[in-house]
Amino acid sequence: MSDTAQSFPTRVDISLTVNGEPVDARVDVSRHLVDFLRLDLGLTGAHAGCEHGVCGACTLQVDGEIVRGCLMLAAQLDGAEVWTVEGLTETGALADLQAAFVERNALQCGFCTPGMLFAAADILAQGGQPSRVAIREHISGNYCRCTGYEAVVDAIETVAGARARGEEVSA
Amino acid sequence: MQPDGTREAPAAAALASVGQSLPHDSAIRHVSGSAVYVDDIREPAGTLHVVPGWARDATRGRIVSLDLDPVRAHPGVVAVIGPADIPGKNDVSPALGDEPMFAEEEILFWGQPLFAVVATTREAARHAARKARIEVEDLPPLLTVEDALAADETVLPDYQFRKGSPETGLATASHLMEGSLRIGGQEHFYLEGQVSLAVPGEDGDMFVHTSSQHPSETQHIIARVLAVPDAAVTVEVRRMGGGFGGKESQANHWAAIAAIAARATGRPCKLRLDRDDDMIMTGKRHDFRVDWKLGHDAEGLLRVVDMRLFARCGYSADLSLGVVDRSMFHADSSYYYPDAMIHSRRLKTHTCSNTAFRGFGGPQGMLAAERMMDALAIRLGVDPLDLRKRNFYREGRDVTPYGMKVEEHATLHAIVDQLEESSDYRRRRQEIASFNASSPILKKGLALTPVKFGISFTLKHLNQAGALVHLYTDGSIHLNHGGTEMGQGLFQKVAQIVAEEFGVTLDKVKITATHTGKVPNTGPTAASSGTDLNGMAAKIAAETIRNRLVAFAAERYQVPPDAISFADNSVQLGERSMTLGELAREAHLARIQLSAAGFYATPNITWDRPSASGRPFFYFAYGAACSEVTVDTMTGEMRVDRVDILHDVGRSLNPAIDIGQIEGGFVQGMGWLTTEELVWDDRGRLRTHAPSTYKIPTASDVPEDFRVTLYASAGNPSPTVYRSKAVGEPPVMLAISVFSAIYDALASLNPGTIPDLDAPATPEAILHAVLSMKRSRAG
Repeated sequence: MSDTAQSFPTRVDISLTVNGEPVDARVDVSRHLVDFLRLDLGLTGAHAGCEHGVCGACTLQVDGEIVRGCLMLAAQLDGAEVWTVEGLTETGALADLQAAFVERNALQCGFCTPGMLFAAADILAQGGQPSRVAIREHISGNYCRCTGYEAVVDAIETVAGARARGEEVSA
Repeated sequence: MQPDGTREAPAAAALASVGQSLPHDSAIRHVSGSAVYVDDIREPAGTLHVVPGWARDATRGRIVSLDLDPVRAHPGVVAVIGPADIPGKNDVSPALGDEPMFAEEEILFWGQPLFAVVATTREAARHAARKARIEVEDLPPLLTVEDALAADETVLPDYQFRKGSPETGLATASHLMEGSLRIGGQEHFYLEGQVSLAVPGEDGDMFVHTSSQHPSETQHIIARVLAVPDAAVTVEVRRMGGGFGGKESQANHWAAIAAIAARATGRPCKLRLDRDDDMIMTGKRHDFRVDWKLGHDAEGLLRVVDMRLFARCGYSADLSLGVVDRSMFHADSSYYYPDAMIHSRRLKTHTCSNTAFRGFGGPQGMLAAERMMDALAIRLGVDPLDLRKRNFYREGRDVTPYGMKVEEHATLHAIVDQLEESSDYRRRRQEIASFNASSPILKKGLALTPVKFGISFTLKHLNQAGALVHLYTDGSIHLNHGGTEMGQGLFQKVAQIVAEEFGVTLDKVKITATHTGKVPNTGPTAASSGTDLNGMAAKIAAETIRNRLVAFAAERYQVPPDAISFADNSVQLGERSMTLGELAREAHLARIQLSAAGFYATPNITWDRPSASGRPFFYFAYGAACSEVTVDTMTGEMRVDRVDILHDVGRSLNPAIDIGQIEGGFVQGMGWLTTEELVWDDRGRLRTHAPSTYKIPTASDVPEDFRVTLYASAGNPSPTVYRSKAVGEPPVMLAISVFSAIYDALASLNPGTIPDLDAPATPEAILHAVLSMKRSRAG
C-alpha cells in the first residue's frame, strides 16, 4: 500500500513540441494544459474562462485535433505536437481567418477569440463550403457573450468561400 | 427650436475618421492572442495567489467559531487574512456601508467570504480555503420576494411615481384588467472572470491592475480598506474580457482583497475568482415580481396604469436604488399612461447582492409594460401591434409617469412603421394564422415590439467625464480618458473622434489604459454613456490643443485662423503645408503647451429624486424588433425563426461597432428571456453556478435569419458628440419581441385566453403554459 503510494509520481517529465519548438519539462501531474502554456511557457493566448470545459476560451490544437486546454493535463502531452494561437499567427496558417475576423468585426472583448479561431479553423480544415448551420453547430462549443455570433459565422463563411475558390490568403 | 432647447441636428460635415466602420482598436491583438488581459500580465517575481474562503453549509447564520489553523497548515500557504487584517474599514460597498469584505458576526448569503488564503500557487490557496472549520448557528433565510414581503424587509425605502389621479382612473375606467409577471435574473457570464493583481509600492502605495468598469470606485474602496489616502492607490484597466454591468461594483471586492493581501505580505498578490465562486458570490440582474392593473376604454386606449415592482435585491443595497428607479422609468415602455402609479419595493433577501446588468433595471420595467399590451390585445382580440401603436406617445399625449416630455416620438413612429413594412409583418401575420390553423403540434408566434431607452445616469452627478490628450513633438498623440474598454469599442470610437479633430489617421493616436492617476474621480463606464461622455471630453481636450496650435501658427505664418486646417495627416496654413509633427515641434520651441485635459458634463438634465420631478434623460434611444418563433407544444422547445431589427444610433460614429452592439445585445437579451435560468434551492443555495447548469446562447441558438439595420437618422436632435446616440444597453430590450412572440404562439392555442408564462421562457415554462392553455380550453 505504502509502496504504491510512494511509487505514484507527483511530477512527470514530458517532451513535446509547442508551436514547432521542442520543449522538455517536468510538470506536476495535476497541471492542466492551459496552465502549463500560460504559466510555464508564458503563452497567454489561450484563456482560462470557465475551467469546466464548457466555454471554449482555452481551445487549442494537440496533434491536429482541437482540445480544451482546461480538460487536458500537461502530463498527457509527452510526444505531442501543440499549437497555440501565437504559433499559428507566426506561421500564417490562420492569416485569412484572422483577417476575416478583423474585417467583419467578429470580436468585441476578444477573450473568446483565440479559442473561437481554433474551432473555426477546425471546420475549415474539413474543406469545401460548410453551410451556415454546420458552422453554427461546429462553433457551438465556444461561447461568445458579446457578438451574438452573427459576425463570427459571417467571417468563417467568407473564408470557407475564399478557400474553396482557391483564392490567395489576403493577409 | 425644440422644447428642450436643442435644434435639429445640423447637416453632416464631411468626416474622415468619424462614421467609418473601423475595426475594434485591439482587433489585431485579439486574433493573435497578444491582447493582454489582467491574467495575462507577466507576474512580478514572488507573486502570491489569493482565494476567498466561505462556509459551504451556511446561507444565513451567526458565526459561532472560525478555526483557520488547518488552512494555515496547508502546504504553500503564506498568510490567511480576515477582518483583523484590514487596517481601514471592513466595507467594500459602493456607498451604504452594508457589504463587509469579510463577514464578522453574521453570514448573510450562501457564498459570503469570511477570510482569504494567500499562497504560493492558486491551487494551494484553493485547497487550503476548503479546510477551515466553521461553526454557524443557522437562522431562517429570506429567499423569495414573498419571504421578504412577509417579513417586510427591504434594503432601501420604497419609492414611487404618481401621475394624475390613478385612484380616480381606476374607479372610472370603463374596463379593468390585472395580472402578475415573474421575471428571472441573469448571470453576466463575462468570459473573463473577476481578476485583480495588486502590487505594493513604497510609502504605502498600491498599484492595482484590475478588470473593473469603475476604476475610480475601486481605487476609493481600496484606499478605504487600506486606510490610506485615495492618492496612494492607483488603479489601471487596459481592457476587460466582458463586463455587462457585472464589473461596475462587483469588481471592487476582489481588488480590495488582493490589495489587503499585498499589504499584509508585502508581495504582489493576484486574485482570480474560480468560475463557480464567481457565479456564487457576485450579484446578478435583479429578478422581479410585477403586479399590474390597468384601466382602458373599449378600443384598448389606456386610461390608467398601476404597477407594483417588487425587486429581489439580495443581502445589500449595492446599486439597487438606481437599478429599480430605472425599472420605474421604463415601466411605460413607449406608451402613454394618462394616470399612473408606478410603485417599487427593494426587497432584502439572503442571496447574492443583485447589481447592474446591461439595461440596469430598464428591461424588467419594459417587459412588464409589454406584457400588459400582449395580455390586453388577447383580451380584446386585436393585433398586439395595433394596440401598441394606439397607445404610443404622440403629440399631446407625451408626458411620462415621471413628468418628462417625450419629444422625439416621431422617431419611434417612423422606426415602427418602417420595420412593420420591411419585416412584412402583416403578410406574415396572415401566414402564421393559417400555419397555426393547420398545424396541431407546432405553433408559430410573431411580435413587433418597440424600445425607447432613456440616456443619462439618473444619478445626476455621474454625468461627467474627463480626458487627457498629449501631442508629442513627432506628431503622435497620447489619448487617455475615464471610460473603460470591455469590448464595446469605446476606445476606438473615442480615438476616431480625436483623430478627426487633429486631421490624422488612427495610427497616429495611441490609445492608453484607463488610469486613475491620469483622469481622476471618474464615473463608471455604464448606462450606455461611455462614448457620449468620454468622447465629448476627449474632443474638448483635442480642440484645446488644436486651438493653441491655430493661434500660434496664425501669428507665426501670418495667415488668418480660418485658413488653417487639419486633414490628411497634415496641417494646411494658407498656401503652406506641414506635418502635425513639424507644427508641434515649432509650437514646443515657442513654449506652447501641447497637453490638455478635457472635461464634459451633460447639459439639460435636472432630475430631482426626492421630489420625483425634473428631466432625468438627455434624450431617448429608439429601436424596434420583429421576431418570429416556433413552439413545439409537445415538448415546450422553442426556435427563433427570424428576427428583423431597426435601431436608432443617431449619426453612427462607427456603424460596424454599432451593429455589433445591436446583434450582441439582442442575443444577450434573448438568453435572459429564454434559456438563462437561475435556480436557488430551498436552502438558498444557487444550484446554477457553472456553465454546465446555466445556459447562455451559443451560435446554434441564434436565428439564422437575422436582419439588423441602422435607422437612417438625421442625427440626434440633442447635441451629443457628432450627433450620435448611445448604443450599449438599448438593444437588450429588442429581445422582448422574442418573449412576446412566444406568448403569441401560446395564445393561438385558445384564442381569448391569457397564457400564463413567466420569464425566462424555458422549455419547462413553455410546456407548463401550453398545458394550462389546453386545460382551460378543455374546461
